[in-house]
Amino acid sequence: MSATFDKVADIIAETCDIPRENIKPESHAINDLEIDSLDFLDIAFAIDKTFGIKLPLEQWTQEVNDGKATTDQYFVLNNLSGEIDKLIAAKGA
Amino acid sequence: MRFEYFQMIDRIVALDAQARVVRSECVVPQQSTVFEGHFPTYPLMPGALLLECMAQTTGWLVMARSGFTAMPFLIGVRDAKFRTPVFPGDALEFEGGIVHEGSGFTVGECKGRRQGKSVCEAQITYRVMAFASPEFRQSILQWAEQIDVPVKEFIK
Repeated sequence: MSATFDKVADIIAETCDIPRENIKPESHAINDLEIDSLDFLDIAFAIDKTFGIKLPLEQWTQEVNDGKATTDQYFVLNNLSGEIDKLIAAKGA
Repeated sequence: MRFEYFQMIDRIVALDAQARVVRSECVVPQQSTVFEGHFPTYPLMPGALLLECMAQTTGWLVMARSGFTAMPFLIGVRDAKFRTPVFPGDALEFEGGIVHEGSGFTVGECKGRRQGKSVCEAQITYRVMAFASPEFRQSILQWAEQIDVPVKEFIK
């Protein structure tokens, strides 16, 4: 498990009051953890602050709505953590 | 302040989009049907309406930063405090700022004061979305001009 995943899981546990042990890398934030869009904005706020990035939620939503991406690509936590790592790397580039 | 139209702010007295600060003023009306229920013989400005004052104040800043291309909708409130009773006729000042601009949402903050003393405060989250129609945007722009929002400085 990556350090990024651990931080994301901690944020989700605290923000949504979900037991930390139920949050796994393969968990889908919406389908498995039943996080709704409002709570996800709180999570995005905490992720943005923690990592100093801006999750491109509008772009991701558009891609999913256009059929260019699946929700798994962005909302399975392992994948979400990977996207966060990319944004952190892009920021430092 | 016109409760019946939910126009809580009388005027925007400062709006600096770069510094991410907005200040507003309003006077609580002496008479309103709201006070007939809240409360009989003891009229008191409801905390929910003070919250709306704060949401509108910082909301104008959020709109200005979008160039008036997007509308902020109140979706969350944290750490709201109402420190002292507010009565009909009280003159209030609000100062708002931006805590974080995310993708499709903004987290702001606002404080209310009466004669310099803190009355209320809150952290406010907005969903920020494109206007649903040109007519809706136009109505908001008209409202903005009525309360001295310097629309022309920011409009895109």
